[in-house]
Amino acid sequence: MSSTTTISSPSPRTRIAWSGQTKQKLLAFASLLALIVVFSVLKPDAFMTTDNFIGILQSTTVVGVLALASTFVIITAGIDLSVGVLMTFCAVMGGMAMVNGGLPMWLGIPITIGVGALCGAISGLIITKLRVPPFIATLGMMMLLKGLSLIITQAKPIYFSDVEGFENIALGSWMENLIPVLPLPNGVVIFILVAVLCYIILNKTVLGRYTFAIGSNEEAVRLSGVNVNRWKVWIYTLAGGICGVAGLLIASRLNSAQPALGQGYELDAIAAVVIGGTSLSGGVGTIVGTVIGAFIMSVLVNGLRIMSVAQEWQMVLTGLIIILAVYTDNLRRTKA
Amino acid sequence: MSTQPIIHAVNMGKVFPGVIALDHVSFDLFKGEVHALMGENGAGKSTLMKILAGVYQRDSGELYLDGKPVTFNNTAAAQAQGIGIVHQELHLMPHLSAAQNIWIGRESTTLGGWFVDEDALVQKTQQLFDRLNLKLDPKTPIRDLTVATQQMVEIAKALSYQSQILIMDEPTAALNPREVDELFRVIHQLRAEGVAIVYISHKMDEIQRISDRITVMRDGKTIGTVPAQTPMNQIVAMMVGRELPALQKDIPDQSHQPVLLKVQGLTRGKVVQNVSFELRRGEILGFAGLMGAGRTEVARLIFGADTREVGAIWINGQEQAIRSPQDAVTAGIGYLSEDRKQLGLATGMPVEANITLSSLKRWLKAGFWLDSTHLNQQAQELVTRLRVKTPSIHQTVRLLSGGNQQKVVIAKWLLRDCEVLIFDEPTRGIDVGAKAEIYKLINDLAAQGRGIIVISSELPEVLLLSHRILVMCEGHVTGEVSGRDATQEQIMNLATQRGSLTQPQAT
Repeated sequence: MSSTTTISSPSPRTRIAWSGQTKQKLLAFASLLALIVVFSVLKPDAFMTTDNFIGILQSTTVVGVLALASTFVIITAGIDLSVGVLMTFCAVMGGMAMVNGGLPMWLGIPITIGVGALCGAISGLIITKLRVPPFIATLGMMMLLKGLSLIITQAKPIYFSDVEGFENIALGSWMENLIPVLPLPNGVVIFILVAVLCYIILNKTVLGRYTFAIGSNEEAVRLSGVNVNRWKVWIYTLAGGICGVAGLLIASRLNSAQPALGQGYELDAIAAVVIGGTSLSGGVGTIVGTVIGAFIMSVLVNGLRIMSVAQEWQMVLTGLIIILAVYTDNLRRTKA
Repeated sequence: MSTQPIIHAVNMGKVFPGVIALDHVSFDLFKGEVHALMGENGAGKSTLMKILAGVYQRDSGELYLDGKPVTFNNTAAAQAQGIGIVHQELHLMPHLSAAQNIWIGRESTTLGGWFVDEDALVQKTQQLFDRLNLKLDPKTPIRDLTVATQQMVEIAKALSYQSQILIMDEPTAALNPREVDELFRVIHQLRAEGVAIVYISHKMDEIQRISDRITVMRDGKTIGTVPAQTPMNQIVAMMVGRELPALQKDIPDQSHQPVLLKVQGLTRGKVVQNVSFELRRGEILGFAGLMGAGRTEVARLIFGADTREVGAIWINGQEQAIRSPQDAVTAGIGYLSEDRKQLGLATGMPVEANITLSSLKRWLKAGFWLDSTHLNQQAQELVTRLRVKTPSIHQTVRLLSGGNQQKVVIAKWLLRDCEVLIFDEPTRGIDVGAKAEIYKLINDLAAQGRGIIVISSELPEVLLLSHRILVMCEGHVTGEVSGRDATQEQIMNLATQRGSLTQPQAT
């Protein structure tokens, strides 16, 4: 059982902590490579192109960022069903600030992220102070925020055409000027930056330490004299803020805030987290795993589309892959 | 008694990682006898019984049932041969009725096995209850029953397997005297019916009342089997066997020491009523009492894990408004829970993370970043100082032995520099060797000027450690005795307030 240790050992000097973490990442990474190899062999001319790879990266960003947000919550043995709709709500509020309110982008961006953090904090307070289980609290928030998005926009999209440079947040490429051979879109760079930030927070800070500890044994943490409720609120706040980043990314890509969009993204995000080896029962999970999980999802969708598999069958296959991923993870755990 | 034993175990051996649980153990049981099994915690009583009941498999030795060699690969196999066990912890589902609990997995069905025949369950349960002279509606949900009645339901369940052999593991731990009488009446009746009963208990007076023979175990070995009339001190000598470590009975005079913790009128519902006491620096205060007497509840109130209705707490003469464990820890109180795995440790996390869990703020850089180098250094120092046996501080706590897990919890509170440490069942589930080390640690902590509270259900442990002992019964403090000259009987009297029953028989 020793290799179930997927916890944040700050310095992986010992065999046990080291091999556990590495094994899990290797397995997920091997699956990702296997998928890429299969599609490359089956459709070499269409799949193995720079354009297609950049397309895959681009399409991973939004769900990927939402999955990063969900990773924190899921490691605490919680769940956040509101991330998809919260992303849209943030985009809508960003639109209200920048389009309707005419605020400049340098102010609009922090407002968008701040709205996400605030909503996350509210979820956290509902969970800790009102003691509503995370599933119900965030289900309620999901419905509530979806309604609010539609009310605020009167169910009409907000277009960002007049906000100069807004499109560049996701679609432009600063990298193109810096490193011409690697013309990554900004959205992808932002996803990578958020992932690095999440990695640092989860593994190097006290918030990350408590995230694992709460998921591992909440009551023991409370009886150690830690203010569990306060840290939980912070964790949901952080997740909400990250959803704000996703809101910016999707609004920029569509150059609009689409109030009806968002529902369903939370399940894709949870799927990516779970494929990445994070346990829904808490205490276990990695950022690298989540990133790989998100890529597995989008490589699968992309590859199947290139193979001209009907969308209905894509869904069937994705469902099977999720079950298979968690099953193999279980096998690995019990054998080890 | 018939001449051939119904159970005959010879040279049984069982090894767990790091512990020899059973070492050439032999044991006989006859029809119609109550055979008591005694020994300290970790002596191997439960392991032996779990092998008989098919929960564990033996590594070596032979087991004969009615003269025929048998091996039980699981509990169902043992049940099929008529061996029933009533566990120390009750295994009942609180939302289901008594009848549903008893027949779980063996429900009578109708219409080709698709529907549960509740009427038949109720009827069969009523028959069992009638046999036990138990006045109880089989349809009552378990959660509405007292612990004693739940125990009876467990016994009925064990009997429902047509048991010829009934194993009872500390059945009276949670019972009051009247309920104990009730239970003994049932045991007498079953014995008269020819059922063979193994009775595990720590309580001398009970054992001498109920049993025919006594087998004593120690450190995984059978020390001997004696008639129940054997004088108590002789049995105790068999149980303890070795010289107890001599460190304990050196009780320093603390009357000149300042009062560290003062508790006045602590009350919560019926569980804790008007509890007051003082704890001086360097003192070890023991809390004795039966299960459910309210000792753990007192600790949880002081620690802020539960909310007190009335009562005040002073530390170093200053009143403390403790409303949460966080407040208590800030005030310098540490609580080592009786349930380490559920309440004391994040078992899936490494040693280092557990040790530093309540002191993380000390290694914050810029209010947020963890200085893992120094944090690991500190953890390593404590691991070395307390001699925690672990391959590294990054080892997952789950993989350590009970004694080493307890040391990790102690390290956590030492690091936090708590002045008052509350040990709740400090050696539960810890093997004999490690126990002595924990005792020494507790003594050292007191000698350093900390105030220690020890809650223990094992009287020898309370007597061994405490400078002063408070006894609780049903939420009240019923008495205080000095650690110097207290006896088990004296404490049992206070813990049960039933003088006549707990008088020692002529020793």
